[in-house]
Amino acid sequence: MSKSVLSPEMRKAVVRFSGDSGDGMQLTGDMFSQSSGQAGLDLTTTPDFPAEIRAPQGSVGGVSSFQIQIGGTEIYTPGDQVDVLVVMNPAALKANLHILKAGGTIIADKDSFNPRNLKKADYNTDPLEDGSLDDYHIVRAPATSLTKEALKDLGLENQVMVRSKNMFALGVVSYIFSRPLANPKSFIQKKFASKPVLVEANIRALEAGFSFAESTEIFGASIVIPPAQLPKGTYRNIDGNTAIAWGLLAAAENCGKKLSLCSYPITPASEILHELSARKDMGTIVFQAEDEIAAACAAIGAAFSGNLSATTTSGPGASLKSEAMGLAIISEIPLVMVNVQRAGPSTGLPTKTEQSDLYQSLYGRHGEAPLVVMAASSPDDCFYYSYMASKIAMEHSTPVILLSDSYLASGTSPWRIPENGELPDIKIPRFEKPAEEWKPYIRDPEFLNRYWMSPGDKGFEHRIGGLEKKEVTGNLTYEPLNHEKMTKIREEKIDRIANKLPKQEIIGAQTGKLLVIGWGSTHGAINMAVSELLEDGEKNIGFTHFNYIKPLPANTEEILSKFDRILVCELNNGQFVNYLRSKYPKFNYLQFNKIQGQPFFISEIKAEIINTLTQ
Amino acid sequence: MQTDVKENNPLTRKDFVSDQAVRWCPGCGDFMILANMQKAFANMNHKKENFLSVSGIGCSSRITYYLDTYGIHSIHGRAIAVATGAKLANPDLNVWVFTGDGDCMAIGGNHFIHACRRNTDLNIIIFNNRIYGMTKGQSSPTTPVGLKTKTSPEGSYETPFNIGEVAIGAGATFFARVPDNDHALMEDVMMQAYHHKGTSVIEVLQNCVIFTDGIHEQITGRDTKNDNQVILEHGKPMVFGSDKKLGLRVDGMRLIKAGLENGTGKTLVHDAGEMNSLMHLALVKMQIPDFPVAMGVIRKVDSQSYSEGVHQAIASARKRTSFKSVTDLFQSGNTWQIE
Repeated sequence: MSKSVLSPEMRKAVVRFSGDSGDGMQLTGDMFSQSSGQAGLDLTTTPDFPAEIRAPQGSVGGVSSFQIQIGGTEIYTPGDQVDVLVVMNPAALKANLHILKAGGTIIADKDSFNPRNLKKADYNTDPLEDGSLDDYHIVRAPATSLTKEALKDLGLENQVMVRSKNMFALGVVSYIFSRPLANPKSFIQKKFASKPVLVEANIRALEAGFSFAESTEIFGASIVIPPAQLPKGTYRNIDGNTAIAWGLLAAAENCGKKLSLCSYPITPASEILHELSARKDMGTIVFQAEDEIAAACAAIGAAFSGNLSATTTSGPGASLKSEAMGLAIISEIPLVMVNVQRAGPSTGLPTKTEQSDLYQSLYGRHGEAPLVVMAASSPDDCFYYSYMASKIAMEHSTPVILLSDSYLASGTSPWRIPENGELPDIKIPRFEKPAEEWKPYIRDPEFLNRYWMSPGDKGFEHRIGGLEKKEVTGNLTYEPLNHEKMTKIREEKIDRIANKLPKQEIIGAQTGKLLVIGWGSTHGAINMAVSELLEDGEKNIGFTHFNYIKPLPANTEEILSKFDRILVCELNNGQFVNYLRSKYPKFNYLQFNKIQGQPFFISEIKAEIINTLTQ
Repeated sequence: MQTDVKENNPLTRKDFVSDQAVRWCPGCGDFMILANMQKAFANMNHKKENFLSVSGIGCSSRITYYLDTYGIHSIHGRAIAVATGAKLANPDLNVWVFTGDGDCMAIGGNHFIHACRRNTDLNIIIFNNRIYGMTKGQSSPTTPVGLKTKTSPEGSYETPFNIGEVAIGAGATFFARVPDNDHALMEDVMMQAYHHKGTSVIEVLQNCVIFTDGIHEQITGRDTKNDNQVILEHGKPMVFGSDKKLGLRVDGMRLIKAGLENGTGKTLVHDAGEMNSLMHLALVKMQIPDFPVAMGVIRKVDSQSYSEGVHQAIASARKRTSFKSVTDLFQSGNTWQIE
């Protein structure tokens, strides 16, 4: 047997809760995240559930998992490999064993390892007993029977009792990581407030798991991970999609505008539509359109009416919206389009992550059609970039595409709630002189944005549309030189936004042999890989991560010039690296790509960097 | 019904004439629609800055540049979608959509049926010349069977849409039809649409002098119109013909036309407000030569508009919530402090 990876000295740990779709693993994981956050730990989580709404019970295809990395240092990913694997049935073991570290701990509900379930998972013998798991620490926990025993006098049906066994598992894991039960108990009390018997049942199951772990002494002393050094403030866990929805709300409130969201359901972006549908209490105007095209067009109408306006989608929907984005570009309307990317083309792998819509965002429209492209890089910073996308759209009278992806959408990380006045102000460009002096295409001399006058503004009646406009007046014209000039102005308007963006920064060496580059959701894995190499004493590498893609930050070329070679890591076939090649062709670019519908592992990035350095 | 009362500043037709030169072919039916629209706008009880005109692509859709209101000349087929977003964003707006038989019934068909279904508070004017004019003469979803066009050189063999049938079938609460040469009726119908709560659809039988010149002539021509049109008025018997000597009746499951020699006793009396759409559909489908074509407001029933529904839901959610700002929302649920 390998040496156990669990030790009282560990500073971070990866736990994976796994079971059948109906076993409540997402809730269990969510509750463990809450109590870990409460204990001051940094964390990142990711769910992994079947694409089918109701996959066959007990099958490997129906396994639902929730992974969390907790730590006293900064945690940027849910972890490559797992220290503690909780499996509620044989299928969960089968689906997840390959990511368990040698010496890792398996907590198995041994009651569910019966012949029927073993067969469903294609096991000929019981892996808990046949010696095949000797490299791991197995805890054979009678979760089902002990839960039933604890709940027997509550008068509940068997099925209802068994459903509480996820709380037994949470009790066991809570003991291992010295997590008091107060937090999950209050969560249970809130969740089942209207059904006292379920409060009692779940709390008893939780306590039963905790006592089992404590009394069987399988684990030795429980582990105390000291809290992370996070900035002061009020925190909560947040997933990327909720964070995007809330960023839009915060932006609307900051500039005193109503928010209109016009969207069509699509995986993995629908939760933004769901959250804002529930935010009518904040005055949000939500339109669930008949199709993706209608959603984008309605968002244009809402923006013309003077609201902060957004449409949210994923790649296939973004394709359908592209003509409308062209209208928003030529009519210079403020509009936020969020693309929560998934693996494509076509339906592709609709529940899996990829960064392959970058070309589409940059170039996927007819005509010369520049707009702003940005990307969020963690579940919690989806809030900030959604806010900034709104700010840039409104201040610069332009559509903005904000890229997220499936990995950020459903992952969670702790988010420090911004305090009043902390977010940058949004200044709506309005024409302050008399209406008689106004023309629809008069521009701000510094940033070239139009002024945003809307129905209801007396004396400013004007027409916009998809036909080319005469400079300043906005009248229709086919004049050849005017079209060329307007095309260049629209491009220049986007370029000048770079002057407002923060400078691109480098972590590690500021100059040297290799600059590692990432963009969007890969920040966590690349950052961890580079940080570990820096800690190991590697002095020749720097890391820079892009959130602003078009325009790029003003000092991008300067940064690129400071390294001998550049390694661009991304979850596609090389879209950002080719973008950089086209913008700054003189540098020596290498690329590391993964196109498996899965996020990067820290280990594979580390290996690639080491490999590159030794070449 | 709009409630945005304009100030003591009566508007005239001229207030809605923009400074852009009108560029339709001489004799085009679109000129009549523009003139009547400007006249009707001036009579509406709305502030000028709260008018919004939205159009798609095609000859019809150029109209937004000629109306001095806020306007969006959008993309092919999507005017209704754009207008829906604009109306929901600002329910005070008086929103008019201008579209054609190609723009609305082909590429924009999806948005059209959903606007009818939702009862969004929009007024939609469909310029039906039964052809694609701007792209130079291809057959459209309303091109009659047998008509030779650039894309049906041997004569069209596609069954056309009857716009009213599609609209009412999709749940429209207001449908009217007018010929492009009946100014009084057109203005009246526009005003009724303005006062209607929800989606109002007006089909204008519009003449294209280049590609389908005279296509509506049998219905709208001076010599034939009395026999070939029945102008429906709510509460009035359905009589027509040069001497008003013909009427519409029901015989079994069918509409029939019958002479009025023996009085009007059995002649149908128009009820635009009947919820059951059966008779409205029968009326809207009448075609020459067997029947006169129904004109005027064929269906006008009361129902909650989509924009009302959306804003009522928001108002009641606002009333129930304890959230005063986004900070209250962010602080709700499970949070923790780091000191």
